Amino acid sequence: MLELLWVVPAIAFADALILAVVGPRMPEKAVAVTGVGGVAVSALLSILITAQFLVVPPAGGVYRQVLWTWIDVGSFQPEIAFYLDALSLVMMLVVTFVAFLIHLYSTEFMRGDEGYSRFFAYMNLFVASMITLLLADNLLLLYLGWEGVGLCSYLLIGFWYQDPVNGRAGQKAFIVTRVGDTAMAVGLFLLFHNLGTLRIQDLVQVAQSQWAVGSGLAIAAAALLLGGAVGKSAQLPLQVWLPDAMAGPTPTSALIHAATMVTAGVYLIARTHVLFELAPPVQLAVAVIGAATLLMAGFSALTQNDLKRVLAYSTVSQIGYMFLALGVGAWGAAIFHFMTHAFFKALLFLGAGIVIEALHDEHDIFRMGGLRRELPGAFWTFLIAGCSLAGLPLITAGYYSKDLIVWSAGSSSIGGWVFWAAAIAGVVLTSLYTFRLIFVVFFGPVRTAVSRRAGWAMMAPAYVLALLSIIGGFDKIPFARFIGAALPAVSEAPGRLSENLSSTAAALAFLCGFLIAWLLYQNRPELATAMAENTAGRMLHRFWFSDWGMDWLYDRLLVGPIEWVARANRGDIIDSIYDGLAGLAKLCYRFLSLTETGRLRWYAAWIAGGSALFIAIALFL
Amino acid sequence: MHPGLMRDGFALAGVLFALGVVGVLVRRNILFMLMSIEVMLNAAGLAFVVAGERWGRPDGQVVFLFILAMAAAEVSVGLALVLELYHQNKSLDTDAASRMKG
Repeated sequence: MLELLWVVPAIAFADALILAVVGPRMPEKAVAVTGVGGVAVSALLSILITAQFLVVPPAGGVYRQVLWTWIDVGSFQPEIAFYLDALSLVMMLVVTFVAFLIHLYSTEFMRGDEGYSRFFAYMNLFVASMITLLLADNLLLLYLGWEGVGLCSYLLIGFWYQDPVNGRAGQKAFIVTRVGDTAMAVGLFLLFHNLGTLRIQDLVQVAQSQWAVGSGLAIAAAALLLGGAVGKSAQLPLQVWLPDAMAGPTPTSALIHAATMVTAGVYLIARTHVLFELAPPVQLAVAVIGAATLLMAGFSALTQNDLKRVLAYSTVSQIGYMFLALGVGAWGAAIFHFMTHAFFKALLFLGAGIVIEALHDEHDIFRMGGLRRELPGAFWTFLIAGCSLAGLPLITAGYYSKDLIVWSAGSSSIGGWVFWAAAIAGVVLTSLYTFRLIFVVFFGPVRTAVSRRAGWAMMAPAYVLALLSIIGGFDKIPFARFIGAALPAVSEAPGRLSENLSSTAAALAFLCGFLIAWLLYQNRPELATAMAENTAGRMLHRFWFSDWGMDWLYDRLLVGPIEWVARANRGDIIDSIYDGLAGLAKLCYRFLSLTETGRLRWYAAWIAGGSALFIAIALFL
Repeated sequence: MHPGLMRDGFALAGVLFALGVVGVLVRRNILFMLMSIEVMLNAAGLAFVVAGERWGRPDGQVVFLFILAMAAAEVSVGLALVLELYHQNKSLDTDAASRMKG
C-alpha cells in the first residue's frame, strides 16, 4: 500500500487537469462524480496507508518515496520525493478525509452555479497542492505546494469574480500572504547557503551539528520561516486577510480557510521544530504571537455580526492556540488541536453554509433566529461543533485538544503563568462568542423565513463531522504516543501545574463563557444592548469590530503611502530619461531634415564645400 | 620639361575646375550643369596629363583615357535623366524637380 503514496496527490491533480480542460463541456453530474471521485480515492488510499502504517510500521517509522530528481545543478539536487512519518500521515489523513466530505457537500451547495466545473477544478488542485506540501521531503517541494495552495486560495476567494469586492478580497489575501512567503523564500536561501541542502531530515541534522543553540544564523532562519508561517496561518500581524477571505464560497471557507490551508504554518513549524529549538527567542516569539492572536481574534469575534466572519476570527483564534502550543514546545498538542479543529471548524462552516443558503444568502446573524425548529439537522450538528469549539468538558473533541494546550502552556518549561492565563481567558472568549452565535442564530424569534432545506449530500458530511467532533478527542493518549515518533514530547517543568487543576480551570472557564452568553443573548438581551449603547461600549465595539484597527493602520501605514507614490510617479520618472533621449534624437532629425531641400544645387554646394573643407584640413593641419 | 609649363598647366586646370564648380552651383538649367561637370572632368584630365608629363611617364595620359570613357558613360546616363526630367516637369530647371525633400 505504501508504494501507492504518490497516487494520493496525483489523482487529485489529474482530476483538476481533467476538469480544467473538459469540465465546461461536461454535464453537472459528470463533473460532480469526477470532482468527488478523485478525492474519495485519495481519502480511501490515505486510510489504507494509515492502516498499513499502523499494523506494519516501516523501518524507523518513516517511509520515503523518491519519484525523480527535479533539478540537477551541481550540488543542488532537489528531488520530487515524499516523506511519510507520523506527522505527515496524520495531516494527510485529516486533509484528504475532510476534503472528501467537503467536496461531497459542495456537489449540492454549488449546484446550478455557472462555474461548477471551475470550482471543482480549483478545489482538486488545492487538495493536490496541500498533500504535496504535507508530504514534501525537501523544503523546495514544500514551497511548491505552499505556493500552490496560496494560488488556489486566491482563485477561490475571488471565485465569484463578477463582484469586484470578491476580487479585492482575493488580492488582499494573496498580497498579505506573499509578505510571509517572501520571508520564507529568503529563509530557504539562507538555509541552503549555510547548510548546503534543503532535504528536511538532512537539514535538521546538519543544523544541529553546526549551529549552537541561540546562534545568530539559527535565529535568522527560524524567524524567516516563522514569517512564512505567520502569513499563511493568519497570525498577528498578518491576520488581516482571513476575515475578508470569507468572500469565497462557503465550502472553500470550510476546507481552505478553516480546516487545512491555514494550518500549513503550524505544520511548517512542527516539521522544522529542530530549527526552532535551536532558536529559543524565536520559539518564545511563536508562543507570544499565538497567545496575542488568540486573545485579539477572540475579542474581534465577539463583535462581528456576519456569521462567516465570526467563524473566521474564531479560526484565527484557534490557530493562535496551535501557535501557543508550538511555542511552548508541545508539538504534539498543536497537531492534535489541528485535527480536532479541522473536524469541528469544517462542520461549523458547513452548518453556516446550510443556514445561509436556507435564508437566501443572509449573512447577518441578527436577521436570523429561531432556526432550532426550522433546521433541526443544522442546529444539532452546529451545536455539537460549537460545543467542541468552546470545549464542552469530557464529551467533545475540542475540550481534550484545547485542554492539552492550556495545560502545556502552564506546565512546559518554556511556558508560564502568563501563557496559561491567556489560554484560559481564550477559553472564556471562545465559549462566549460561540454560544452568542448559537443563541442568536438558533434561538429567539424567527426573523427570516427558511426558503430551502439542504439535501443528503449536504447533511451527510455534517453528520459524519459531528460524530468526529465528539469522538475525535478520545484518542488523546494513543495519538500522543503515535505522534511522539515524529515530534518530541513537551518538556515539563516539574511541580509547576497539575493537569487536574488546569482541566478544572478550563472547564470553569467554559462554563463562565457559556453563562455570560446565556445571560446576554438569551436571558436578558437588553443587557447586551445597554452595554453596546453607552459611549465606552460603542467605542470598544467599533474598535474590536474593525479587528483592533489593524486594517486602518495598514491602510495608513502601507497602502496609503504606496498609492501616494504611485500617484506621484504617474508620469514614470525613470522612463522620462529614455523619453528625453528619444526626444533629443527626434530634434536632431528635425534639424538635419531641413538640409534635405530637394534642390540639386544645394547638394552640390554641400559636396563642394565639404570637399574643400577636408582638403583644407588635410593641407593645413 | 619647362618648369613654367607645369605651373601654368596646373593653374589652367585649377581655373577650369573652379569654373566648372561655379557653373554647377549657379546654373539652374540642367544642360548647363552637365556641361559644367564636363568642364570639371576635363580640368581633372588636364591635371593628370600635366603631372604625367612632369615625371615623364605615360600614366597621366592613360588615366585621361579612362576619364574620357567614364565621361561618355556619364553623359549617356545623364542625358537619359535629362529627357525624363523634361518629360515630367516640362522644364529643364532643376529647382522645379525639388519634390524629393526631407
